[in-house]
Amino acid sequence: MVRGLGGGALIGLASALALAAHGRIAGISGILGRALEGGAGRTFRLGFLAGLVTTGAVVAAVAPSAFGGGVRGLPALAVAGALVGIGTTLSNGCTSGHGVCGLARLSPRSIAAVAAFMVTAAITVALVGPHA
Amino acid sequence: MIAFALAAVSGAVFALGLALGGMTIPAKITSFLDVGGAWDPALAFVMAGAIAVYAPAVRLLQRRPRPLIAERFHWPTPRAIDARLVGGAALFGVGWGLSGYCPGPALASLTGGAPSAVVFVAAMIAGIAVTRAVLGARR
Repeated sequence: MVRGLGGGALIGLASALALAAHGRIAGISGILGRALEGGAGRTFRLGFLAGLVTTGAVVAAVAPSAFGGGVRGLPALAVAGALVGIGTTLSNGCTSGHGVCGLARLSPRSIAAVAAFMVTAAITVALVGPHA
Repeated sequence: MIAFALAAVSGAVFALGLALGGMTIPAKITSFLDVGGAWDPALAFVMAGAIAVYAPAVRLLQRRPRPLIAERFHWPTPRAIDARLVGGAALFGVGWGLSGYCPGPALASLTGGAPSAVVFVAAMIAGIAVTRAVLGARR
């Protein structure tokens, strides 16, 4: 519980920094999807992704137990990845953009999106189980 | 330079938060979603902790004319709750429930969660690219 709240607080802090400094929403699917677009947001997106990926690699070297293996085989994970890419692009957001930033702003769109993805995610796990 | 560095700090702190909160362990995510099984509430605490910090920050920043190093705040402008929003979120939920990965944890896990996270991220980027191409062509 303490680790969860602490980890969440860091995510909130990182998102607040993105808004305070760059005026940008820390929504990972949007940052990734628009990373190669030109314009003023490009530096923010590439910098954020560089920090996210390299820090993940550093944590993996220092504390490998912070990461778990896949819960399905690689073909199923490829299907899942494609669904996540298609779905977050259509709905303009994922767990960070809609889930954290949108809910904190009480955005009606984000509340609807979170309700939809929580329901279908829970139904999926109920149907196929939490792991293979 | 300062803009890139500040953005990298933001991404780095985000990754630390994901790892500390256990979000880079897919089995913890699917256990949270397994409401009828051995339910693991970790994700609810992570969401609560993040919103508890971010919500007051938004309230404060909404009163400021501009961010520290950019011209303006880029607040989301779409308002419609339509089939594209709900259908897209529903598809995302199926992929999330199947894998226990959403975009942030998957990117942070590229090294620690290989090869699973690598395959997931490659397919996710392909899904994003195809969808953006189709949406762009319809515009």
